[in-house]
Amino acid sequence: MFLEPLLTGITLGGMYALVAMGLTLQYGVARIMNLSYGEILVAAAFAVLWLFTAAGLNPLLGLAVVVPAAFIVSWLIYRILLLPLVRRAKTRDALEVDSILATFGLLFVVQGVMLVIFGGAYYSYSFLAIPVNVFGVTIAANRLLALAFAAVIGLALYLGLTRTRAGTALRAVAVDPVSAQLVAIDVRAAAAMAFALGGGLVAAGGVLVSMFLTFNANIGVVFTMKALIVVIMGGVGNMLGALVAGLILGLTETFVATWIDPGLTLAATYTIFLVILLVRPQGLFGRSGR
Amino acid sequence: MTATPLLDVQGLTRRFGGLVAVDNLDLSVQAGEIVGLLGPNGSGKTTALNLISGALKPDTGSIALRGGAIAGLAPHKIARLGVARTFQLVRVLGSLTVHENVLAGLAFGTRNDWGPRAEASAEDLLQRVGLGGRGAVMTSELTYIDQKRLELARALALRPELLLLDEWLAGLNPTELLQGIELVRSLRSEGIAVLMVEHVMDAIRSLCDRCVVMNAGKRIALGTPTEVLSDPEVVRAYLGDSDA
Amino acid sequence: MMLSLPVKLIGTAALVALLACVPMVADGYRLSLAISLLNYTVLATAWALFSGPTRYVSLATVAFFGIGVYTVAVLGEVLAWPLVLLIALGLGMFVALIVGLATLRLSGVYFVIFTFGLAELVRQLVTWFEVNITRTLGRYVFLDVTTDQIYWQLLGLTVLVFVAGILIRRSRLGLALRVIGDDETVARHIGINTTAAKVALFVLSASFMTLCGAIMAPRWSYIDPAIAFNPVTSFQVLIMALLGGVHRLYGPLLGVVPLTLLFEFLLANFPNHFSILIGIAFMLIVYAIPQGIAGLLEKLTKRKGAAS
Repeated sequence: MFLEPLLTGITLGGMYALVAMGLTLQYGVARIMNLSYGEILVAAAFAVLWLFTAAGLNPLLGLAVVVPAAFIVSWLIYRILLLPLVRRAKTRDALEVDSILATFGLLFVVQGVMLVIFGGAYYSYSFLAIPVNVFGVTIAANRLLALAFAAVIGLALYLGLTRTRAGTALRAVAVDPVSAQLVAIDVRAAAAMAFALGGGLVAAGGVLVSMFLTFNANIGVVFTMKALIVVIMGGVGNMLGALVAGLILGLTETFVATWIDPGLTLAATYTIFLVILLVRPQGLFGRSGR
Repeated sequence: MTATPLLDVQGLTRRFGGLVAVDNLDLSVQAGEIVGLLGPNGSGKTTALNLISGALKPDTGSIALRGGAIAGLAPHKIARLGVARTFQLVRVLGSLTVHENVLAGLAFGTRNDWGPRAEASAEDLLQRVGLGGRGAVMTSELTYIDQKRLELARALALRPELLLLDEWLAGLNPTELLQGIELVRSLRSEGIAVLMVEHVMDAIRSLCDRCVVMNAGKRIALGTPTEVLSDPEVVRAYLGDSDA
Repeated sequence: MMLSLPVKLIGTAALVALLACVPMVADGYRLSLAISLLNYTVLATAWALFSGPTRYVSLATVAFFGIGVYTVAVLGEVLAWPLVLLIALGLGMFVALIVGLATLRLSGVYFVIFTFGLAELVRQLVTWFEVNITRTLGRYVFLDVTTDQIYWQLLGLTVLVFVAGILIRRSRLGLALRVIGDDETVARHIGINTTAAKVALFVLSASFMTLCGAIMAPRWSYIDPAIAFNPVTSFQVLIMALLGGVHRLYGPLLGVVPLTLLFEFLLANFPNHFSILIGIAFMLIVYAIPQGIAGLLEKLTKRKGAAS
């Protein structure tokens, strides 16, 4: 009972890392603490479920539909709902409080819509649920595929941020929005872009997660929570930190679920969070602030 | 030196990533003394004040107040031990009245003054910095110079033995400057020691008993104002190295 | 208009006495509405007691409320009522203390995130405990507490929360909190132990929420973790406090009255769209009246004062 939870934990951790990367973009670059983040994940999961069952569309092809859609929706959310708050905020703290409140309201709206359409029941669909043997452990093919896709998307994002001009601009805004302006970076456009990218990433996470986990209209909050913890653990704005922290969280949860009790996974998550807060609030890889 | 200095800083070091903002700094302030902390911009003066007041924790080095170690203590503990400060960019409490700003200093400082006695002390302190009778005004409505006065009154309300002033005289016009210098001088007669970061040379010459000059985090000179200001290394630090 | 202290005291006493008579004249529906109003008054005022001056947004109201409810569900029939209240209070304060010590040393975001999932965490822990240890999920509560008694207890708690608010405002703690709300760096440098002040206030605020939950528990005859820890409660309390305004003690009350009535109406007529509607209502408030009704009133009266 070690290799199996290890593999399961790595797939789960990969999903957390991918989802957290999007949140760290939204919070690190756009400075929006988005509490409705997980709702996009659930919406994406329902969207591919619907495409798969109604139109017979392969979930991986569904990615090509859902991710751009989430990107556009998130961009619109930023431009329409959040930009007025950005304009109004006198300080970074004020924006933080306002964005927390606004996205908290949005959470209930989106969740409410999904509850009306799908009710509170759990959903899943069967896609590539073929057992595959890896190092003598049986694991469903869909999990491996989800992990591979998450790795590819994560790598593409990392390269995009570090090797391209636009990516460098985003990172510059994350480090210092004021100085970024001085070198002719349009900070608001960069923030909108980061927020939209974050939305695309969490939608991708939702599609991949839906291939092997059951989900319902209420679980967005839990994903938001875990993504937030991963972001804090990895250090805000730190992509590699998010990867490592995501894997730690996924592995911890899976081992707690297998060895102790599945009912205690959230307790395990919180224990990790508590330890981080007490020992290294700036995150595992964050530099201590001034 | 025989008596224990009021403030004794030894080997103080603080890094930010690769930058050593304060590098092995030694510095002392005797009771009732006014010491100037000089140096070009970015030489680590404010960081040094932040380390002494507890806003930052030092990487290495010791800070002793009356012989007791205070390095790395929380700022509120250091404040209660008798170290008050002002800030480089003036920080007053905008949603409180002028009177309440000073009350706040009285209530949590070294003496924990509260009630009618504190009310009277607050008015005395305001009088002293030239804000007498303006206690009911909202702080956000004060002019810049009055905010600076208020910040000093709030710091004095803590009844400190050591006052850290971070460019408190900067931005004053000539008349205000003279008043300001007199005010700081009057603190010495009450036995309050002052460590002041300052660029205004007139103030330094007329107030400071001794000066410490920093450059790139290190102490490069120590002595009376006249001595340090004629020190070739200090001149070089301010004006730049001709062959650099 | 300044009233002298005795006049204020007599006026307040008369008002409380009048409110205490409500169960004698109101029918069942009106009494339950009055209980709702008091319930949200306590919760929203307690919320603003902490979040108003410190500007730390707590999303965990129902975590404490639920602890109160569930303590009664488990112990209500076993122990004497005051003892049950005391145990609930102790549990609520203990949880608040842990949360406060872990997060209130740090910037506000950590606190928000921690409280965001706290109710869910407590709910899962209670569920786990019930399923694995006591092997009962969901409990019937048959207590010898009448609706009138619930009303009177809530009224007492309401008085207490306002008295606490007034006393804090006049105390050194109150001044400390206002300084912290303005500039935490200055607060620390004038000798305020900011963490201790915030933790103390958070624990106080949480104890009112916990007691409120405990007093309300007998209203349900059946309680399970999903009922006790319903996240919508935290959300409603937050909306009410923000609509009313959090910088005045009476502020939340101005939000509680209209919104309790509105929520009753929405819940009765659009039960399925309830969460969408309150989500929209909430966003409107955040965008349109960020200072709350109390802030608006003050602005208006100030303008009038300046004009005359």
